[in-house]
Amino acid sequence: MSVLDIDKLIDDPDTRVLVCCGSGGVGKTTTAAALALRAAERGRKTVVLTIDPARRLAQSLGLRELGNTPKTVAVEGFSPKGELSAMMLDMRRTFDDMVLAHAGEQRAKEVLANPFYKTISSSFSGTQEYMAMEKLGQLAAEGSWDLIIVDTPPSRSALDFLDAPQRMSRALDGRMIKLLSAPGRAGGWGIRKVVGAGFTLFAKAVGTIVGGQMLADASAFVQAFDGMFGGFRERARKTYELLRSGGTAFLVVAAPEPDALREASYFTERLESESMPLAGLVVNRTHPLLAGLTATKALAAADELDGGAPLAAAVLRLHADRVAVAQREKRLVSRFTKAHPSVAVTHVPAMPSDVHDLEGLREIGLRLAGG
Amino acid sequence: MTLPVVGWTDQIARARLHVVTGKGGTGKTTVAAALALALATGGRRVLLVEVEGRQGIAQLFDTQPLPYAEERIAVTPGRGEVKALHIDAEAALLEYFAMFYNLGFAGRTLRRMGAIEFATTLAPGLRDVLLTGKVKECVGRTDDNGRHVYDAVVLDAPPTGRIVKFLDVTRAMADLAKVGPIRGQSEGVVRLLHSQDTAVHLVTLLEEMPVRETLEAVAELDGADLRPGAVFVNRVRPPRLPARSVTAAADGRVDASRVREGLAAAGLNLSTADLDGLVEETVEHAIRVQAELRARTQLDEADLPTLELPEVTEGLDVAALYDLADVLLDQGAR
Repeated sequence: MSVLDIDKLIDDPDTRVLVCCGSGGVGKTTTAAALALRAAERGRKTVVLTIDPARRLAQSLGLRELGNTPKTVAVEGFSPKGELSAMMLDMRRTFDDMVLAHAGEQRAKEVLANPFYKTISSSFSGTQEYMAMEKLGQLAAEGSWDLIIVDTPPSRSALDFLDAPQRMSRALDGRMIKLLSAPGRAGGWGIRKVVGAGFTLFAKAVGTIVGGQMLADASAFVQAFDGMFGGFRERARKTYELLRSGGTAFLVVAAPEPDALREASYFTERLESESMPLAGLVVNRTHPLLAGLTATKALAAADELDGGAPLAAAVLRLHADRVAVAQREKRLVSRFTKAHPSVAVTHVPAMPSDVHDLEGLREIGLRLAGG
Repeated sequence: MTLPVVGWTDQIARARLHVVTGKGGTGKTTVAAALALALATGGRRVLLVEVEGRQGIAQLFDTQPLPYAEERIAVTPGRGEVKALHIDAEAALLEYFAMFYNLGFAGRTLRRMGAIEFATTLAPGLRDVLLTGKVKECVGRTDDNGRHVYDAVVLDAPPTGRIVKFLDVTRAMADLAKVGPIRGQSEGVVRLLHSQDTAVHLVTLLEEMPVRETLEAVAELDGADLRPGAVFVNRVRPPRLPARSVTAAADGRVDASRVREGLAAAGLNLSTADLDGLVEETVEHAIRVQAELRARTQLDEADLPTLELPEVTEGLDVAALYDLADVLLDQGAR
């Protein structure tokens, strides 16, 4: 198992984009913010793109609302050697901007006004990941920063963005909607021959379930949207290339828990199969031992005290608890490292309480770097 | 130090559908599984359902991924049993089509064409309606003698952030047609979810963010006229320090010389580095205990029956699930 050298990674001028991925609840947002702060204080011009930060963390970065454009973090007493900007993703606005960029004014107007657009831009699975990557593409194209750090949405698959444009165009395939809105006429024989009478029934069933108005809206939307997919796909391809380029590094974040590490394995395999540059695994919130005393010895000694010296007995018992936790974490992490021996790992010891200020983030940054 | 033991109220005991939610990472699948085992103890038949496509139940019980079918995964003392079901929205939609439109034969082709994904994309509310619809069917199913097939159904539900949207079928139906079979059935779903037959339990840890999300979810549930059931405080660790020492220790004031004397009395003579390490561990422990105390006080605001589950450090296997079920039974779950 090799050790992940965070400072080397964030100091390297060739590192332009850092993507933090992992399952929900593992501390991705905090990790991204701590990395950005550390990079800025070490001299880089950094921007952190957060998805859905906890309110107090957002406040610590001076973010009060969705801005959709980066703001310089200006907190009293904070004067980094480099520069730190932060932003929260506004999914809807990013999508609107994308439509405006790819359609003529009239057509964009039609799309944005369609009731069905609301559904697609807010609830289509993968939209959030897709928009996070779209925003990353924009920030990279702007060229105002040395280092862009991206937090990813708390979904099962942080790599959904890779498939989103494809899936969206498949779901909104014009042929399908035409078939559904007028199954008797459109579509040609190709498909209907395969599905036969089933399709007509299916179309009727879908119409009954979602209602005629919905189908009509969807149909109008698809017609207006149709010409844009080429542009979307091209854009997604560029982001994809950016992600695979030497300037990008992925960090997989996990808590030392079975579920989170299983997801981390999944991300690692997916990144490897896509030839994405994986920098390493961050095991967040670990409980390393601070004293070299075995649990057996500690418990035996606590028993021996038998009610006397209550403080010393308590200290021994809580140490024994900690040994059990540390061993479990070690076992879980080694399951990952055995399966992925080439992935570099860093451990971030847990802070005793929640972090919601720059000082706390600075401490996490230090721990990330192994200090 | 401890929460008032209110345990399982009669009202919760009457519920037939137990919805288990919680912030991501709090262990709601584990709690749902332990609750299912507890409810099945003494000869009852319980169905444990998951809807998120994560196959968390199969992993927990160390079995093959669950198909879209009700399969027995555990038996309990007194000839009770737990079956598990993994509901997949697409399979549920095809089931509808087969039932109402005689469309079973075309299902595979439609799925391959992406038609099913398309239908659930058209109306995102449809997905939740299909999932809750299937749950309702399981809760209400009766055998030839008119007896309920399941005494209780435990649902491993979406996390707190999405739970009300998931259960608020009325709102989801606003997206859908005003007539038709799904509409007809959804009215039954709404009745079930808002009735005394349903309790929505919340899983939390004694940490700031999960507790805050729990309180927000309770308020949201109340606002949507859904019934919060119990709070499950998961992964509770024993407080080791004498209560009177906690505040001082959290401030970094641990009497190292007293610790050293105590250790020496037990025959332990540690290096200064190890002693410093023990003191630091003690300070961290005390800070955490204080944070847990604050979390408990905050949690009291929810004013809900509270059950506690201990942290399982040895690794969570099926035996540990039975142990957790016993812990729940001891606190009155029935």
